[in-house]
Amino acid sequence: MFRKFLCISTLLSVFLLVVSTATFASSEEGGENKTGFIMHHIKDSHEWHFATMGHTHVTLPLPVIIYSADRGLEFYSSSDFQDHETHKFGVEHNGYYINEHDKLHAVDESRSYIDLSITKNVAMLIIVLAVVFFLVFSAVRNYKRNPNGAPKGIASFIEPLVLFVRDEVAKPNIGPKYKKFTPYLLTIFFFIWIGNLLGLVPGAANLTGNIAVTMTLAVFTFFATNLNGNKDYWKHVVATPGVPWPLLAVIVPVEIIGLFTKPFALMVRLFVAITAGHIVILSFIGLIFVFESYAVGVASTVMVVFINLIELLVATIQAYVFTLFSAMYIGSAVAEHHDH
Amino acid sequence: MDLIIPGSGLIIWQIIGFGILLIILGKFAWKPILSALEERESAIEGALKAAENARNEMANLKAENEKLLQEARLERDQILKTANETSAKLIEQAKEEASTAGAKMIEDAKAVIETEKKAALTEVKNQVASLALDVTEKLLRKKLDTEKEQKELVEEFVKDLKLN
Repeated sequence: MFRKFLCISTLLSVFLLVVSTATFASSEEGGENKTGFIMHHIKDSHEWHFATMGHTHVTLPLPVIIYSADRGLEFYSSSDFQDHETHKFGVEHNGYYINEHDKLHAVDESRSYIDLSITKNVAMLIIVLAVVFFLVFSAVRNYKRNPNGAPKGIASFIEPLVLFVRDEVAKPNIGPKYKKFTPYLLTIFFFIWIGNLLGLVPGAANLTGNIAVTMTLAVFTFFATNLNGNKDYWKHVVATPGVPWPLLAVIVPVEIIGLFTKPFALMVRLFVAITAGHIVILSFIGLIFVFESYAVGVASTVMVVFINLIELLVATIQAYVFTLFSAMYIGSAVAEHHDH
Repeated sequence: MDLIIPGSGLIIWQIIGFGILLIILGKFAWKPILSALEERESAIEGALKAAENARNEMANLKAENEKLLQEARLERDQILKTANETSAKLIEQAKEEASTAGAKMIEDAKAVIETEKKAALTEVKNQVASLALDVTEKLLRKKLDTEKEQKELVEEFVKDLKLN
C-alpha cells in the first residue's frame, strides 16, 4: 500500500517536473528567493531563524563574541548588526558588521580578531552536548542504582548501542587493546548520532553537516591514531618492510600522505552525507514554493517524509561508519605485527 | 558563512565542547557503564557455569545412584541365588538324611521283627514242646496204667528202632 502510494507520488512529481518547465522558466526571477532558504539552512549563521510569516521574522538573536588583542573579549547581540525594518545583516556596530553571507568583518580591514560568536551551530552544539549528557548520565544513574539487574529506562536504550560499539566496532577492529579506546569511540558515536538526529528536527541547525565540526572530529581521530601508533605502525609508514629500497622513494610519501587522507576522508564523508540529506529534503520542500501547486505539495510532502525516514537511517549509518573507521585507523596503529 | 571553509569560531567551540564531552563522559559515564556491563557479563557467565556444574554434578549423582542400584540388584540376585542353592542343598540333605533314617528304621524294625519272630518262634517251640510233653505225660500216664500197655509201647519202640 505504502509502496504503491510512493510510486504514484514519485511518478506524479516527475511528471509535473517535466510538464511545468515552462512554469519554472517563467518564475525564474523569483527562484533565488524561493530556494535561498536551503543554503541559508545548510550554512552557519549568527542568528537562529525559525520562520518568516509575512513581515514578521521568528528568530532567536544569538550572542556575538569577538576577541581581539587590543580590545579583549567583546559581547554583542546579533540583533545589533541587523536593520530593524528589513531584519537583514549589514548594520555597522562598534567597528564590526556582518555581511550578506553572514560573515563577521571589521570595518577597519587591517584589524585582526577572532569571531567566537555563539552561532546557530554553536548553540546546536550546546544542545547536542546537553542531550548526550542527559541520556548517558541517566543511564549511569540506572547502572549505579541497580548494578547487576536488567537495564531499565534510558539505560536499556543506551545499552545495546554501547554493546554494539564495544563488541562489533572496538573489539574486532582494535584487538586486545580495545578497552583503552572504547570510551573515545562511544563518545564519538553518540555525539555524531545524536547530532545527526537532532539535525533532522525541523528548525534545527545542520551541526554534523558542517565542515568545521566534521574536521574537528576527524582531527580528534587523527591524534587518537597517531599519538598511539606503536613502533610497527611508524616503521610501516617510514620504512615499509618488505619493499625494495628504490620503491621506498614512492611508497613512503604515499604512506605519509595516507596519514592525512584517512581523517580527510572521515571529514568529507560525514559532511557530505549529512549536508546532502538536508539539501534533498529542503529541495523537495522548495519544489512546493517553486511550482506553487497543490499536487506538487502533496507529492513533495510524501517524498519529504520518505527521505526523512531514509535520513534517520543515514544518521545512524554515518555515526556507525565514522566510529568504525576511527576504530580501524586506531586498530592499525596499535596492532602488533608478527608476520613481518 | 561559507559551506566548505571551516569557520574558526566553530572549530574552537567544537574542540572545547567535544573535549569536555570526551573527558567527562570518559571519566564519569563510560567507565562505570562499561565496568557495570563487564561485571554483569561475568556474573551471568558465572551463574551459567555454576548451573552447568550443578547439572553435571546431578548427572554424576544420578549415574552413581544408578550404579549403586545396579550393584544392589546384583547383590540381591547373588544372595537369592545362594539362598536358593543353600535351601536346595538343605532340602536335599534333609531328604537324604530322612531316607537314610527311614531305611535304618526299617532295618531296625526288620531286625526287631526278626528277633521278635525268633523269640516268638522259640516261645512257640517251647510251648509246643511243653504242650507235647504235657500231652505225652498225660497220654503216658493214661496208657501206661497197665502193665500190658507198657509192654506194648516198649515193643512198638523196639519195632521202630529196628526199622531204623
